[in-house]
Amino acid sequence: MIDKIGMFFICTGILFDFFGVLGLVRLPDVYNRLQAATKCVTFGSAGILFGVFLIQGFNSFGFKAILGIAFLFLTSPVSAHAIARSAHKSGVPMADVTVVDQYKDDLELKGD
Amino acid sequence: MTKKKKSRILVFILSLLCYLGLTSFTDIQELIAGIIVSLIVSLIAGRFLLQNDKFVKHFLRIFKAIKYLFLFLWEMAKANIHVAYLVLHPDLPIKPGIVKIKSNLKNDSSITALANSITLTPGTLTIDVNDENHDLYIHCIDVKSENVLINTNTIGGKFEKLLAEVFE
Repeated sequence: MIDKIGMFFICTGILFDFFGVLGLVRLPDVYNRLQAATKCVTFGSAGILFGVFLIQGFNSFGFKAILGIAFLFLTSPVSAHAIARSAHKSGVPMADVTVVDQYKDDLELKGD
Repeated sequence: MTKKKKSRILVFILSLLCYLGLTSFTDIQELIAGIIVSLIVSLIAGRFLLQNDKFVKHFLRIFKAIKYLFLFLWEMAKANIHVAYLVLHPDLPIKPGIVKIKSNLKNDSSITALANSITLTPGTLTIDVNDENHDLYIHCIDVKSENVLINTNTIGGKFEKLLAEVFE
């Protein structure tokens, strides 16, 4: 039974990883691609690791999987944040569909 | 007992538990090796874990942290379904943009937690934090409004109250 639940989590994880990769290809600019890369891929990989934990139980493999989830949740948003901020600072243009950029407005206000 | 000692003991216990979990403890030699390694780690880096005494005093906050974790996981699941829908839709119905939200949180760790939570939830990605007045700049994949107060409620409001209880 627990094996089947674990398999379910692994399959869901792979599905969300797939959505993330699809988003990486389809979405228009750096910022939108980061959205897909941080959310879907983090959730998907966490799902896979949690499935591994359920199948393995509390031995060294399962414990490593849990540690992997913890570090994934801590590091993935930080790296996305760093990439987005540096992209904006070095002037990577936003896609044409972008409706508002209050960050740029505030930076210009500070510069004057 | 001083703050540094408490911090060292906590680091020792945590690293020993990590070591035992990772090695799948089978005989006494591994236990001894783990104790020696944990002692070295706690002597070198032990004093950095606890920065103030309040952390030990309010250890019961861990239950609030767990409650926060569940709220966060639920929001994150919703986020993923939303982003997956946007990605799969043939017309890509996105309205991206960077909006500003305000935050009442004061200390560094709670703002870090808020920024990370926002990054991992519905189509939002923290780009920068203003150090002086704690404004957060968020890139949204689907901008609903350009008003700062409305965005503060819809994006950060869910987490901010619980985070304030956990960290401050």
